[in-house]
Amino acid sequence: MAFLEMKHVSKYFGSVAANVDVNLSVEKGEIHALLGENGAGKSTLMNILYGMYAHSEGEIWLNGQPVRIKDPKDAIAKGIGMVHQHFMLIPALSVIENVVLGLKENKAVLDLKAAAREFSQMAERFGMELDPWAKVETLSVGAQQRVEILKALYRKASLLILDEPTAVLTPQEVKGLFHMLRQLTAEGLTIIFITHKLNEIMEVCDRCTILRLGRVVRTTAISDIQDKQELAALMVGSQVELLTQKPPAHPGDEVLRVEDLSYVDKRGIRALDQMSFSLRGGEILGVCGVDGNGQSELVRCITGLLKPASGSVRVCGADCTGADPRMILGQGVSHIPEDRHKMGMIREMTVNENLILMSYRTPECQKRGFLKWKDIRAHSQALCEQYNIKTPSVLERSGNLSGGNQQKMVVGRELDRRPRLLIAMHPDRGLDIGATKYIQRQIVAASQAGAGVLLVSTELDEILELSDRILVVFEGRMMGILDRSEATAERLGLMMAGARQSAG
Amino acid sequence: MTKTWQERLRAGLKGLYFPVAAILAAVVLSSIVMAILGFDPLYAYQCLLKGAFGNTNSIGETLVKTTPLIFAAVAFALPMRCGIFNLGATGQLYIGAILGSLVGVRFAGMPAVLHIPLMLLAGFAGGALYGVFAGWLRHRFGANELISTIMLNHVAIQLLAYCVAGPLKDPATAATSTPQSAQMVASVKLPVILPGTRLHAGLILAVLCLVFYYVFLWKTTRGYEMRVVGLNPGAGEYAGMSVRKNQLLAMLLAGGIAGIGGCVELMSVQSRLIQQFAGNIGFDGVAVALLGGNSPVGIALAGILFGALSAGAGRMQMLAKVPNATVYITQGLIILFVVGRELFRIRSRRKNKPSSRTAGPRSMEKEAV
Repeated sequence: MAFLEMKHVSKYFGSVAANVDVNLSVEKGEIHALLGENGAGKSTLMNILYGMYAHSEGEIWLNGQPVRIKDPKDAIAKGIGMVHQHFMLIPALSVIENVVLGLKENKAVLDLKAAAREFSQMAERFGMELDPWAKVETLSVGAQQRVEILKALYRKASLLILDEPTAVLTPQEVKGLFHMLRQLTAEGLTIIFITHKLNEIMEVCDRCTILRLGRVVRTTAISDIQDKQELAALMVGSQVELLTQKPPAHPGDEVLRVEDLSYVDKRGIRALDQMSFSLRGGEILGVCGVDGNGQSELVRCITGLLKPASGSVRVCGADCTGADPRMILGQGVSHIPEDRHKMGMIREMTVNENLILMSYRTPECQKRGFLKWKDIRAHSQALCEQYNIKTPSVLERSGNLSGGNQQKMVVGRELDRRPRLLIAMHPDRGLDIGATKYIQRQIVAASQAGAGVLLVSTELDEILELSDRILVVFEGRMMGILDRSEATAERLGLMMAGARQSAG
Repeated sequence: MTKTWQERLRAGLKGLYFPVAAILAAVVLSSIVMAILGFDPLYAYQCLLKGAFGNTNSIGETLVKTTPLIFAAVAFALPMRCGIFNLGATGQLYIGAILGSLVGVRFAGMPAVLHIPLMLLAGFAGGALYGVFAGWLRHRFGANELISTIMLNHVAIQLLAYCVAGPLKDPATAATSTPQSAQMVASVKLPVILPGTRLHAGLILAVLCLVFYYVFLWKTTRGYEMRVVGLNPGAGEYAGMSVRKNQLLAMLLAGGIAGIGGCVELMSVQSRLIQQFAGNIGFDGVAVALLGGNSPVGIALAGILFGALSAGAGRMQMLAKVPNATVYITQGLIILFVVGRELFRIRSRRKNKPSSRTAGPRSMEKEAV
């Protein structure tokens, strides 16, 4: 008998079906992967299990008993713990304060010492060393994740749901996490592992349930799967090319030169420290590092959104240090921003209105200050076709498009300007395989057409696949630039964790 | 944006659903209040409707009340589209009226085609300066415009009170204590456009103001910039737009429009500056804009509704003996339901689409009809 069974579960949001007749059966003590593209219904299913949503149809059986899970509190009481992708920790509080936060047993005066003792014993049992008195904000991302896991265990979780746990970790930290997960299952815990990374499933999971368009495609033991190509085909529904073909670069003129660039943020922290590099047309320079190590500041200093403290930025020979964003964009710079919702697009506006965000002042779009909506509309329609943006009409509210199509809209708009310098930050974060591969091909095509590409990504595979050279950042400093031929995942992983390497 | 008329109609009808529901709910609730107070709500509303639309004259009165509301509503809606809350229409209207009156009491005998635009220009300048001042306070010192515009309203109210009691006091009545300015001269008097009523050409100016609002925001590059900045300042900066410049310009235009609204009142129903001559117009304008979803057509419809409520209140009080304060209850409830609906929208979005975390309370406005 399975430990957890979800039988014929369906969930509808209005007329949209997020899950249809899903059967999920998880055995005690296994690591069960939930695999699917974005929008396949993984998160909805887990949110139902964790009590965030009520399911429309079907039932949930836990330990052979049918259960009704009203809300997350109820889920925790029934032994279900969830570690979200974005941690639910309070940075200013200590580890132990975060752990006991919101516990029902808490008395008017907290006995943190006793709790800390119990917590430390538990951490030791699972081979995790953590100082219960350390402030959460001083911990590394990996350690914060361990706090989240231990927090769930402290609440006596016997089923742990991990939502894309490796997204924020370095390769070495991922290894540590997997080691920990195996220990947990050895202790009898059951783990559901949500991911869309195929390597990880092959490496750590026992069985795997694949979702597509809200339905279960198949549940299978990993040992029955040949390779990740097979998994990918199951997930997408057709054969996919997993590797993007990248012909060798023919570097042209220098399009970007950054010298001794430093930036000090509001809190007085040196977010960028003495960065120097250059980039030539036709070349792809990958910037890799764990999220939040200065990548964002680097891109913003180049595009004029932040004013550097010192150093210089030259774009196509023109001094752009601390210049106005409009002047820098005018140098032939296109920028695919890290967060399309905060910067790249306006969700309340139509596709049409979004596509002119960068070009509304050009003679093609306006005449004496009046927008030429007819011409714009025709051009937008052409762009949608060219870049495969699926939308009922260019007058559709862009927020109604799927994430992949929103991103294609941003990418299409930026590439349509035929940039000399393309800055792409996480250009395919959170997208499904199809859209990811499409956008990667477009970026390669832009570089073949002569653009210099600065590609910032946290996905090592992507960096290794596309880059000609790779720059590694750690805490705002450059750990070195490697040629593609001398870069390996292990070597990059060490550098991302702060080990300086001289270029070979 | 070219849409077929069917698409427009469908979008328009969809947009009407919530405001109409809010109005109906408010009417039902205030009916209950009336019944509790011992009045017959059906008869009361019958009187109110008659007073607002019963004959040519009452329709004229309704539109006379609608006119200043439209100016005040646009003065709120335009900055709102640009991400800045202008609650200062009252103050901008008063300053505009004070400056306009300087022109309006002089130059008797100047042709109306010159004199009227000149006075409107003075009113625009006064309101615009006052509006842009609040915008400047926000960008220079980080002063929240919600608070600064309200405080500036009080400054303007007191300034007007001082002016009509002192420097601008009508010399003809200097001996009496009535605080009022001299009468506007005949050449700035707006002509009546519906014979037999008080309805004046100010309504045409109000409609032009709505047309400007629509054309400016949806047809020009500057208006496009403003909407981008208002909906997503991050995207605006990313595209090289200046949030500061756009918001200052929005406040300048809004203040100017409020100032014109003040002058139009002086050129029509009010012929002199007196204390508090615009009453609640400033804040009623905010309600009209919110009820109308900040869209041009919505503002026109909501303006007529609020105009009708205040025009019909008199007759309701006279015939059904219901105190006209009841109308304020209805108006207040409408606003409450409209704002409540926005909260509901934000909540339901959070619940159904966990991915749209960035939705802030500022995404209050709707697509234009």
